[in-house]
Amino acid sequence: MASPYRKLLVAQVRSQTQYRVSFGLDLFFSTVLTGLDLATVWVLFTVNDSLGGFAGRDVLLMVGIAAFAFPAADLAVGSVERLRVYVRTGLFDAVLLRPLSTLWQLVAMDFAPRRVGRVVQGTAIYVVALAFAPVQWSVPVAVLVVLAPLAGAVFFGALFVAGATVAFWWIDSGEIANAFTYGGRDMTSYPMTVFGGLFRRVFAYGMGFAFVAYLPALAMLGHSDPLGTPDWLRWCSPLTSLVVAALAAWFWRTGVRHYRSTGS
Amino acid sequence: MIIQTTLLRKDFTVRKKAGRFRRTSTTVSAVDGVSLSVAEGEMLGYIGPNGAGKSTTLKMLTGVLTPSGGTVSVCGLTPVPQRTTLARRIGVVFGQRSQLWWDLPLAESFTLLRHVYRVSETEHAARLRHCRSLLDLDSFMDTPVRQLSLGQRMRGELTAALLHGPKVLFLDEPTIGLDVLSKQAVRGFLAEVAAKGDITVVLTTHDLADIEKLCRRLVVIDHGRVVHDGTLDELHAAYQSKRRVVADLDAPWPDGLTLPGASVETVEAEGFRVTLTLEGATAGEVVARLAQAVPLRDLSVREPEIEDVVARLYAGR
Amino acid sequence: MSGDHVKRDVTDDQDAHEDRRLIGLVSTGALRVLAALAGAEFRRYLTYRQATVAGAFTNTVFGFMRCYILLSVADVTGQVAGYNPGQLVTFVWVGQGLLAVVNYWGQQELPERVRSGQVVSDLLRPVDLMAGFVAADTGRAAHAMLTRFVVPVAVGLLAFDFYLPQHAVTYLLFAVSVVLAVQVCSACRYLVALTSFWLLDIRGAQMVWVVASGAGSGLYFPLPVLPDWLVTVLWVGTPFPSLLQAPLDVLVERGGIGHGLVLIAGQVAWLVVLVGLGRIVQRRALRRLVVQGG
Repeated sequence: MASPYRKLLVAQVRSQTQYRVSFGLDLFFSTVLTGLDLATVWVLFTVNDSLGGFAGRDVLLMVGIAAFAFPAADLAVGSVERLRVYVRTGLFDAVLLRPLSTLWQLVAMDFAPRRVGRVVQGTAIYVVALAFAPVQWSVPVAVLVVLAPLAGAVFFGALFVAGATVAFWWIDSGEIANAFTYGGRDMTSYPMTVFGGLFRRVFAYGMGFAFVAYLPALAMLGHSDPLGTPDWLRWCSPLTSLVVAALAAWFWRTGVRHYRSTGS
Repeated sequence: MIIQTTLLRKDFTVRKKAGRFRRTSTTVSAVDGVSLSVAEGEMLGYIGPNGAGKSTTLKMLTGVLTPSGGTVSVCGLTPVPQRTTLARRIGVVFGQRSQLWWDLPLAESFTLLRHVYRVSETEHAARLRHCRSLLDLDSFMDTPVRQLSLGQRMRGELTAALLHGPKVLFLDEPTIGLDVLSKQAVRGFLAEVAAKGDITVVLTTHDLADIEKLCRRLVVIDHGRVVHDGTLDELHAAYQSKRRVVADLDAPWPDGLTLPGASVETVEAEGFRVTLTLEGATAGEVVARLAQAVPLRDLSVREPEIEDVVARLYAGR
Repeated sequence: MSGDHVKRDVTDDQDAHEDRRLIGLVSTGALRVLAALAGAEFRRYLTYRQATVAGAFTNTVFGFMRCYILLSVADVTGQVAGYNPGQLVTFVWVGQGLLAVVNYWGQQELPERVRSGQVVSDLLRPVDLMAGFVAADTGRAAHAMLTRFVVPVAVGLLAFDFYLPQHAVTYLLFAVSVVLAVQVCSACRYLVALTSFWLLDIRGAQMVWVVASGAGSGLYFPLPVLPDWLVTVLWVGTPFPSLLQAPLDVLVERGGIGHGLVLIAGQVAWLVVLVGLGRIVQRRALRRLVVQGG
């Protein structure tokens, strides 16, 4: 079942490695950009030696989870944003003519292996964070330590897919998704105590960004949420990610149905 | 009937700006009640002017577009809900959009398709060999698709569409933009396919020469409706296309000369060339009378041009 | 070699020709041509409705985020690097608004035109390449000012407490500073685009620009948060603070009106340097094009 997609992927990888020089360049710059992101959080942290009422090592854990989750999602399904080009040029018709799922075709066809660089960097940051942070190790915590970054990746992946799906209706509105994906990546690196008001309620808890890094980190550290969420909720990120993924899949199918009823 | 549609309809909502801020939306019927039956092994030509609804019909037949009304069945399946199942049984070539992988050599596109369609190696290899010889692909099998000329790419697309052994082949303007040699190659190939009779072919085209050389049956569509469905001869008969005789003379055509069974259509080159339309008489009779009446140097008999018929068809609407 | 000597004369002539064109522009009122180019770009961006809305939305979301982050940092001691909370709010929201106006990361069409050779038709027109580039960018900035600036600033004003300038002249200085920032940014981006005459793949140069401009212009946090020596190096040695930090500092009246005037003077200085550099590099670039027979 997976074979045709795997072949598509391999073919894509092979055509990418023709551009070996740019691979190295991309790797270098992605390292620089990751460094910049980290530096931003760190610089703001050093002003008061705390961020949102949390100590450095706690914040680093949250940063670490987000630093893995976002690039992992970008590597896995990031190419789905090319949908805009496929719809505009009518190439999506060719996608519809093959006996494969439209979503996974798009993902496999424009797979960009160069994105693996940031995943490796993110993993390194996460591992370092785990080593330094006062994690309250136990079996459930250990399970969460493995699951939370993956759940975070699924969450961001669902956002990527949902954001790309908008192209079925409004071709040039791809940037709106950036508000949630890139914005979300920045946001999840900080403790939710930093944010306030309606914004926090809608984005952090309503849309579920708090579940990516903040709440799992609290569970790993053995802290309760100063904002008052129930303790059991801190463990729910795998569940919330699956829900969001199901919603994104449903949205994608709606988008394809719309494309097929209105043509290109 | 391997393809069957009943009153197939596709409506589009077109929004136009009316003044600064308002928008009017009108519903346009791109396909307005098309009923077709195609038997297995047939080769059908589907022609019409731009915007007549050809591509839209094809998209509905292949599951890309959802119909607004009517029924459609291809290979016994309903295209839209059964898209992936149908995709394995049909092959599609879009003249203007490629289905091959742009950056990869042609041969690799074929290999990929084998996996995408899950074809057995032996079948795939046999079909590929057949296409390679018929379409002369060997010289560019290892060239990346983006570097191929249009003619080469089209030959590649045809191969790609047939490698998984489809039962129906849909071709949307396959000869558009091709040079003469490539057109001949494509037509030759399609003629072979048709002769074998195990693949049903639906061909939409602007180039009426394709139709003449390949299809016995043609369907003419205009403004979303079928205006003719039958053989080429029936089309000529229905629209009363006439044969012509073009004669080159040694002396100018006498003014006012008429011949029974033919009418003078044009007189050119100061009377040295005259075109006669046959009206009821046979070509032989007219030529004999012509030879008796004027000094003939050369002549040719012209068959009715399908372009004229079709142009008249389009204009008539 | 006599052949080289001849070649040099010819290209010297062309250089003089290029510079004469620029002087000619200013003096013969071909400024009207540039205004037309700017107007055309303005109208072009008017048609990108979806992208404008999407962009304004993104700016607003990021505005909320950065605003809360900086406010929470300020919460502990009541200020951050000498900015009080109101100033931080203004800084973030006006900064997000200016992001699209100053446009560090905008689309680069010129490199593509160089690569495909289409730049030749640009060069055949009676408009200096650099002036045309800057004029078009100004048209785009004007459009962004009306759309991408207004929306985040309005939202920010409604949701948070802004620091509003205490002197009326600040608004004028702010406007001047914004215009200068747009020009400085255009000049920088033009230099980056010019590298396409030498490099096939200018992504390296572009990435350097993206990283450096983002980090050095006060986008992620006000520059004074950084150590003093680093801030000084950035102001004196790079044009990046002139892109965003300068107009924002003028607006929040950091250091008073006098300091604001110093910042504006700095922007002017950088503009002169970058335009000068641009002309030199352009001359070399065009010479390279001619030599290659492009």
